[in-house]
Amino acid sequence: MMKFLKGNEAVVVGALYAGSEVYFGYPITPASEIAHAAAEWYPAVGRAFLQAECETAAISMLYGAACAGKPAITATSGPGMSLMQEGLSYMAAAELPGVIVNIMRSGPGLGNIFPEQSDYNQAVKGGGHGNYKCLVFAPGSVQEMCDLTIKAFELSFKYRTPAIILADGLLGQMMESITLPVNTYQPPDVSDWAVQGTAETRGNLITSIFMNAEIQEQRNLHLKAKYESMRKDVLSECYCCDDADIILAAYGISSRISRSAVDLLRAEGFKAGMFRPITLSPFPSEQLCSVILNRKVLVVEHSDSQFCDDLRMHIAKQGQRYQELALIFHMGGVMITVEELIARVKKELGS
Amino acid sequence: MAQIKTLGMYEVFTRGGECTRSTHYCAGCGHGIVHKLITEALAELGMQDETIILNPVGCSVFGYYYWDVGNISAAHGRSPSAATGLARTLKNKSIICYQGDGDLGAIGLNSTIQAASRGERMAVLFINNANYGMTGGQMAPTTLGGMRTLTSPFGRDPLTDGYPLHVCEVMNQLTAPVYIERVSVADTTRIMKAKQAIRKALRMQRDNIGYAFVEIITPCPTGIKATALETARFCMEEMEAEFPLGCFRDNSALPQPEPQPKTAVSVQELFERPEHDYEIIAPRVDPDFKERRMKFSGYGGQGVLSLGLWLSEAARIDRRFTTWYPSYGPEQRGGAASCAVVISGSAVGSPDADRPDLLVAMNQMAYERFIGNVLPGGVAFVDETAPLKVSPPPGVKVVTVPAIRMAVDFGVAQAANTIMLAAISLHGALNLSRESILCAVGASFKRKPELAQKNKELFVKAEAWIKAQA
Repeated sequence: MMKFLKGNEAVVVGALYAGSEVYFGYPITPASEIAHAAAEWYPAVGRAFLQAECETAAISMLYGAACAGKPAITATSGPGMSLMQEGLSYMAAAELPGVIVNIMRSGPGLGNIFPEQSDYNQAVKGGGHGNYKCLVFAPGSVQEMCDLTIKAFELSFKYRTPAIILADGLLGQMMESITLPVNTYQPPDVSDWAVQGTAETRGNLITSIFMNAEIQEQRNLHLKAKYESMRKDVLSECYCCDDADIILAAYGISSRISRSAVDLLRAEGFKAGMFRPITLSPFPSEQLCSVILNRKVLVVEHSDSQFCDDLRMHIAKQGQRYQELALIFHMGGVMITVEELIARVKKELGS
Repeated sequence: MAQIKTLGMYEVFTRGGECTRSTHYCAGCGHGIVHKLITEALAELGMQDETIILNPVGCSVFGYYYWDVGNISAAHGRSPSAATGLARTLKNKSIICYQGDGDLGAIGLNSTIQAASRGERMAVLFINNANYGMTGGQMAPTTLGGMRTLTSPFGRDPLTDGYPLHVCEVMNQLTAPVYIERVSVADTTRIMKAKQAIRKALRMQRDNIGYAFVEIITPCPTGIKATALETARFCMEEMEAEFPLGCFRDNSALPQPEPQPKTAVSVQELFERPEHDYEIIAPRVDPDFKERRMKFSGYGGQGVLSLGLWLSEAARIDRRFTTWYPSYGPEQRGGAASCAVVISGSAVGSPDADRPDLLVAMNQMAYERFIGNVLPGGVAFVDETAPLKVSPPPGVKVVTVPAIRMAVDFGVAQAANTIMLAAISLHGALNLSRESILCAVGASFKRKPELAQKNKELFVKAEAWIKAQA
C-alpha cells in the first residue's frame, strides 16, 4: 500500500506502526507537521497526544513515559533541540529508550527556518552534559523517515538509550511516495527495569545519581561498553561506488543532491559514486574506509565542516593513512545545487 | 524486644550502600517526618503496589532509600513533566511528586502550573523550608524578606531579590486543581493535620479524583543555621506569618469531570483503507523517460502548491517517480509561495528545482525571480498579468496564459491554477496522460465533489479555449 506523504508525516506513520503509545511535543517550524499529524493520528488509534508547554517539558514527559517502559516520541528543530539536551543526558544516564526527531533548520541562535545540517555535532557527540552518546539515524527519503523511525524504536529499546532521527527542513517538508510498513514492532518485556506502579515493578528504581566516584566511573564504563556494542547495528549505503574515481560522502538531504550529481556525471562519463552513512552514531567507519581507500573524496554537507571533521576522525581511528578530503558546503538555508556540485567534482577530477 | 516494621517504608535501608535503620537527614530536619507521613498513608490506604514517587533533587534526592514503592529520580524542576509522562501512559496508578522550593517554585514553576492547569492525575507535595538546604543554604523563592542566606548575605531585599513566592495562592487561581492546602510539620499538632492532608492527597490518587497540591512548611535547622527548637519556632511564627496555613480548596468530595472517551481504529485501518477509487502501484524504472524539474510560483492563495501536487499525483498514477517540495514557513501564509516538483523515470535525487525545465509564474514577482534559472529548451507558463520586463534566457520559451482572467470569467476566481494545468497538459512537455491529470484533480477535491466537477469542467473549457487560440 502506497501513500504520498511529507517526510514529517511519515515519521508519525512509522511511530504508530512501531507501537508508539504517546507523542509529546511543542510546535516549531520546520517540524510542526509532525505535531499536526500526531495530534490527529495518535487519538484516532486510541493513543495519547499532548502538546507540552516547552521542549524542556516535552523531553521530560518522554523521560516519564520511558520510565514506564512505554514507546514515546517527540519532535522539534534546532532551538527546541537545544532545550532538550538536559533530558537527553538524563535519559542516556538512566538508560531509557525513546525517539527524538530533529528537523534541522539554520542556526545558531534563532537563525532561520530553512534546511541546514548544523546540529550534527550536537546529535552525534552527546549534546548534553556528561559522557554519553545517542543512537543517531539520518534518513535520506520520506520512506526512510518512516522506516528509520521504526528502526529507532527497535534499537532504542534494544540498547535502552535514546535515539535521534536527524533530518532537515527539506526532508521534513518534501512529499514522496512511501510503501506502508508490513510488520509492526513489538516492544520487549520491560518489567525487569521499568517502573509501572505494579507489584512486579515496585522494587525497581530509575535514577542517574551515583555519589560514589568509583561507582559513577563503573557506570560510565558500562555505558561506554554499551555504545561500543552498538557498532554491529551500523547502516550505510554505497551508490555507484564499485568503479568510482571519486566518492561523494553525504548524508540526509545532501545525499539526495549528491545522487542527482552522480547520475548526471555518470551520463557524461565521469565515474562518481556516493557513500551515505544511514546511522551517524554508531558510525559505519569500516564501510567508509573500505569505500574511500585510494580514491578521491568530496564531502558534501550543509554545515561548517562538522561532518567532514568527523569523517577525518573516523578514518584516523580506523588506522587508515591520512587522506585529503575535499569539502563543499553551504549554510544558512542556501542549498548546494546539483550544477555547482557537478562543477566541483569535475574540478576535483582535474577536468 | 519485638521489631515493629514501619509499613510503606523499607525495614532496613540498603540502597545507600550501607545497611542502616537511620536516615541520612540532619537532626531536626522535617523530611523524615514527611517521609513517614507518606509511607503511613500509603500503607493505610493499601497503595504501595500502585504508587510511583518522583524523587527530587536536593536532600530528599535519596527518598528512594526509604519509600517502598516504585521510585524514579527526576531532573531539577522536571517532576511535573516526568509525572505527566507517567500519568498519560499508565492508567489508574498513583503518582506523587515530592519537590522542594527551588525545584517547584523556581526552575520548575512553569511546568508545575501547567501540569496543575491540565489537572494531571498526581499529588504534589511541596516542601517549603525557605532555603536551598542541600547546597548549603542559598536563597529560595520562599526565603522570607530580610532573611540572610549564602546568596542574600545582607538579607533578602524584596525590592531587588523579589518577594517570597506564595505558591498555594498562585495555584488557587487555576481551574483544574481539586485540592490545595498548606500545612506544617513544625510541631505535633501541625504534624497530625499534615498527615490528614497528605492522606487526602494520596487517597485522591488511589481513587483517581484529580490533581492535589499540599505545601508543607518543613524545618531545616542546618539551612536556617539554628537549633531544632529555634527552627520550629521560626517555622511556626515567622514562616506562618508569611505563609498562613489552611485549606485553599477542597473539591475532592465533588464529582469531577472526565474527558469523553473517543472511538479508535487500528493503525492498519487508519492508514490502509483506500484513499481514492484508483490504486497507486509502485513506480517503474523507465530509462527513456526524461526527468522533469518544475517550479510553480505565485502569491499564496493562487493555488501554485496544489498545481504542483496535481502533477505529482498524476505522475504517481502514471507510475513515475516524483517528489513535491514547497516553500514553507511564513511565505506559505501569504506573500510569495512556490513549490518544486520532480518527475522521473528512476528514483529522484535532489527534490529541488534550482534549474527547472518548466516554470509556472502566476505574477510578475514570481516570473522575475525564477525565469533566469530556467534551462535552455525549457518553457515558462506566465499569467498574462505579469509584465515581461525581464527577457527569458536564450532557448527558453514563454507562454502567456490568461489564467486569472479566464478563471474570473468562468466564475471560479480561485481556479486560475486549473487553467494553468490545462495549458501545461496541452503543451505535452510532461508526458503525463490527460486522464491521470484529471484523475488527480478529482482526487484532490475528494471531500468537495461539486468543486471536483467544476474544476474538471473548467479544465475542459480551458483546453478548448487554448486550442481555439492556437
